[in-house]
Amino acid sequence: MNSLRLVLAWMAARPLLTVLSVALVALGVGTVVLVGLVTEQLEQRLTRDAQGVDLVVGARGSPLQLVLAGVYHLDVPPGNIPLTALEEVRQLPRVAAAVPLALGDSFRGFRIVGTEPAILEWLGGALAAGRLFSDPMQAVLGAQAARATGLMPGSRFAGQHGLSADGPVHEDQIYTVTGVLAPTGGVLDRLILTPLASVWQVHEGEPSDATERAVLEAEREITLMLVRYDSPLAALTLPRSINAGGRLLAASPSFESARLMGLLGVGVDLLHLLAGLILGMAGLSVFVALLQTLSERRQELALLRLLGARPAGLVGLLLIEGLLLTCSGAILGTLGAHLALMLAGQWTVSGVGVPLEPWFFASIEVWVLLGAPVLGGLAALFPAWQAGRLALADALAQT
Amino acid sequence: MGESRTCGLLLIGLKVRRTGSAVLEFPDLELAPGEQAVVCGPSGRGKTTLLAALSGLLPFEAQHAQVHTHDLIALQGRGVSAFDAFRARCVGLVPQQPLLLGAISVLENLLIAQRLAGGATNRDLARTQLDELGLQGLHERKPARLSRGQQQRVALARALINRPLILLADEPTANLDDALAEQVIGLLQRQARKHHANLLVATHDARVIGAFSRQVKLS
Repeated sequence: MNSLRLVLAWMAARPLLTVLSVALVALGVGTVVLVGLVTEQLEQRLTRDAQGVDLVVGARGSPLQLVLAGVYHLDVPPGNIPLTALEEVRQLPRVAAAVPLALGDSFRGFRIVGTEPAILEWLGGALAAGRLFSDPMQAVLGAQAARATGLMPGSRFAGQHGLSADGPVHEDQIYTVTGVLAPTGGVLDRLILTPLASVWQVHEGEPSDATERAVLEAEREITLMLVRYDSPLAALTLPRSINAGGRLLAASPSFESARLMGLLGVGVDLLHLLAGLILGMAGLSVFVALLQTLSERRQELALLRLLGARPAGLVGLLLIEGLLLTCSGAILGTLGAHLALMLAGQWTVSGVGVPLEPWFFASIEVWVLLGAPVLGGLAALFPAWQAGRLALADALAQT
Repeated sequence: MGESRTCGLLLIGLKVRRTGSAVLEFPDLELAPGEQAVVCGPSGRGKTTLLAALSGLLPFEAQHAQVHTHDLIALQGRGVSAFDAFRARCVGLVPQQPLLLGAISVLENLLIAQRLAGGATNRDLARTQLDELGLQGLHERKPARLSRGQQQRVALARALINRPLILLADEPTANLDDALAEQVIGLLQRQARKHHANLLVATHDARVIGAFSRQVKLS
């Protein structure tokens, strides 16, 4: 028989108040942790997916939209640009490399991206099975796209027009899968890569003669291009010189993703405020529970004094109860946040396109696990002090 | 302080200051080891105060105050914690109401008393103590599921579990019918004798006073 066993017995003796206090702490902690899990992962993914891409160049419109479409594959692109623009940009001083992307079709929600093999090196991809594409209508699938669609080297599929899963199917243009990529944890996992020529072939149809072919080839377009600087100094001049041309828009992924996080930050701040309020209520609830312990157990605390318990021992009992209520709430809340993310993560894949890792460890969790005992201690401070003071006088009254 | 003598209880010149300036003076009292006595007198004469002072719950002055070899004046001088430890190990308190911890079992009520006395808990001893008082089969029950008489016996078992030097009982028969009152007093006397503990009962109940050959009257 020890203090912990006695406190647990007291808590079990009034289950409703105990459950309510723990639930309130769990709710507050769960909200804080969930917000932390989502925002930290989002920030990490945005940073990781944009690694190695200094600039996105595409049709004029919203720079954020261009970056979301070209780097994160989360939005529709603002429009197309002539294929000739690719060579023009490649010739610009300060450009180390540029790789084109042609978007427009998808397969079961996964984007078919017309591009060049160099994209793999840019996005850190490596083949897990099969080989890279070499001819039009060959495709290499990212790990997640392959897993979700069940396609493997040798499989054949027809793309759907548009970037949603319910677009019309290009039934006469069949892709053959030549390879599957190893998981990268980044955006590449969700893409289906194919040569640029595949996208043109699907959308141009078969030209009737050489003249028509020449016209079609002259009018070929891409959606955007990813650009690497040859030195950091390029950041000062290159975007400005491209934008000054009037036809193209150059957007910096790091700048735009920081702007996006800033926009999201307003909502995150509100959620933090809400979570703070819930945590405050939880602290109050623990405080009330302990005051009730003090009031209901006054006679029993006095009895413990009669049996030889020291005032510090009674203070300890109230502190243990406060710590148990808050720490169990914090642990349940943290687990709940991870479980909620596990359920929501599957929806996020098809809904927004950013899968979130449910068992990711957010830095906020360290603070929550350190903060819970502090909250419990603070909530228990006054009732515990009262318990230490009341005992002798009450003990006398009991004799 | 005089020299230490072999005794159960020795009180000389005991005074306790109550709320305000009133001072209660108690007659000198000496009990041999294992001797039993009843402290009687009308309400308000300090019966409970005497027991509280001996337990270290109220400060007192005295020329000499001793329980067996323990000098109570020296204990008081060493602070509250020293008297708490003495009370836990050497004094068995039997309050007027059978106060028990309601959230834990009868057996655990005894174990917690062992724990607070600073020793290791001994489940076998606690079970034996409960059985001796006729509480077989009730060890795991919560106190609320016991009769008043059974609760009274659990409180007595708890007072005895640490083998105290002195048992202090305050109005143990208040609100009890004759049969139960006789049972409780008989139990207290037998158990005190069995464990060689002094017994000091504070009461104004004539049924109890007659059961003791040694009577200390407060006037």
